[in-house]
Amino acid sequence: MEPHLEDVYEALARAIDAAGRDKETLLLAKVALLFAQRLDDPLTACALIEEALVDLDAMGG
Amino acid sequence: MRPEGRLELESLYFDYPAFASPADRAPLGMPAEVAIVGAGPVGMTAALTLARYGVRSVVLERKRTFNDGSRAICIARQSMQIFETLNAVGPFLDKALPYVAGRTFYRGEQILRFEMADSPDEKFRPMYNLQQQYIEAYLYEAVEASPFIDVRWGSEVRNLTDIEDGIRLSIADDLGAYEMDASWAVAADGARSTVRRLRGLRLQGENYEGRYVIADIRMAFDHPTERIALFDPSCRRGGTVLVHRQPDSIWRVDYQLTETETEDEALREDTIRTSVASVLRDIGYSGEWELEWWSMYSANTLALEDYRDGRVFFAGDSAHIVPIFGVRGLNNGFADAQNLGWKLAWVLQDKADERLLESYTPERRGATMDVFANAAKATRFMTPPTRGWTVMRDAALLLALRHPFAGEFANPRNMVPYTYAEGSLTRPDRHGFTGGPSPGAVAPNVALEDGFLLDRFGAGFNVVVCGALEGEPYRPGLDEVSVVAIVPGSEAARVYDADEGAAYLFRPDFHLCARWRKATWGEIRRALEWLLEGGSG
Repeated sequence: MEPHLEDVYEALARAIDAAGRDKETLLLAKVALLFAQRLDDPLTACALIEEALVDLDAMGG
Repeated sequence: MRPEGRLELESLYFDYPAFASPADRAPLGMPAEVAIVGAGPVGMTAALTLARYGVRSVVLERKRTFNDGSRAICIARQSMQIFETLNAVGPFLDKALPYVAGRTFYRGEQILRFEMADSPDEKFRPMYNLQQQYIEAYLYEAVEASPFIDVRWGSEVRNLTDIEDGIRLSIADDLGAYEMDASWAVAADGARSTVRRLRGLRLQGENYEGRYVIADIRMAFDHPTERIALFDPSCRRGGTVLVHRQPDSIWRVDYQLTETETEDEALREDTIRTSVASVLRDIGYSGEWELEWWSMYSANTLALEDYRDGRVFFAGDSAHIVPIFGVRGLNNGFADAQNLGWKLAWVLQDKADERLLESYTPERRGATMDVFANAAKATRFMTPPTRGWTVMRDAALLLALRHPFAGEFANPRNMVPYTYAEGSLTRPDRHGFTGGPSPGAVAPNVALEDGFLLDRFGAGFNVVVCGALEGEPYRPGLDEVSVVAIVPGSEAARVYDADEGAAYLFRPDFHLCARWRKATWGEIRRALEWLLEGGSG
């Protein structure tokens, strides 16, 4: 099967569970730095971070 | 502070001289061209720079000896270049420990080895370690040898008032009190500047959370000179530690206090000894050591709004306080002194309009703001102020264990000379250079067959000329300008991106005023005249 974005979604879900509550933030920060380094486009990376900050409250709580 | 049983200035390796207030009282009240308050490294550099151009100064120092303790120990290349122009670099080269590299460890594992820029074209190494009292002692050797500088120890400035075309200083020393008038005053009296207080001025900016202890010890540790940084080491979980080698087998151990440690407790001798011993275990030293001196600091980014108040100029820590990470405190103080020194000399000798002095604050405060930006980054990495900064710092450190790119976040971004790119004395390029020093930048050095390019620079303005210039062969109005010839096609021509007929006009502090792909002496003269009239905003 062709690799799909859904594979990333699933890998992240499993990795967050594997890291546990204590370490999930650290894990996601590491992931973000690794992705950004591979992306090699700091402007786009910063724009995507801004985009991720939108609608965080839409889940409620 | 020093260990129990030792006097305040009783060092393991340095004999502090004891200087007396001036015994010959008759000349004390004579007017001075420049009064410099503070005989620390910045004040002495200002005095030496003025003396280089034949301007007399009186240096007033409250203390009766050199600085207590090693304090500012990292001398950047550009500062060595300044000492060389002041004919003072010899003892620094003999004693200071040069280095190019640093290593950073996270939980005992190396995550970064950085090298500062260096090449055979550089006469001086990027960094040297030397205790501040040696820096002062070596500058004082040059000061004592100068007939233009009158240093008065044990002399406290009690008041400082504006008079017509000058400043009146009230001075008290061990033998009495007197008044002295000066055309200009330079406040080089440090972080707790008396002059700043007397002028009613305040530093503005930020204080950072972290508190650090610096302790000097003597030990026979066989290890190269380099910056060692430890993040989250077993000796101080969650904290950071820096270790620096100094001459005379002295080592600087610098560690961050935890939030729960009180200042009183941290500075107790037994606490210092225990803390140092645990750091030494972490860096693999198990031999004997002696405690020399210790102190405490916090990271601040504070500066005056204006480095000039009428006829008083502020230089060094009296004008700006920066975090130590990146070693930009004293190194920028030297650059302040040099910048101010030549401008005051040109104005006092009527070779430049007084408006030239208006460039001092924008240029040097610009350098401070650049330091703040860099130092703030380094400080946030060393001492993350919030959870966000902590998470990202920890993520970078963890990643760095396997990914070298992430180790670069731990790079201290050490001091490099500031470029006065937007300065009122800087002419933007109009001639399509693709390389070489940009306007406002400091002159790059080049190794020649016999020495270095900058060795050929004269004391005043310098024009680096590639081959021969077109047009007028004579150079009216440029008698005092030194011409430094470089050969078309040579390494120097390559570094300066210069073909036949190109020229670079450098100021006495080696910063670039203007450059031309095809210059004429007339254009160079007009640029010099423009600068000496104060340039433009």
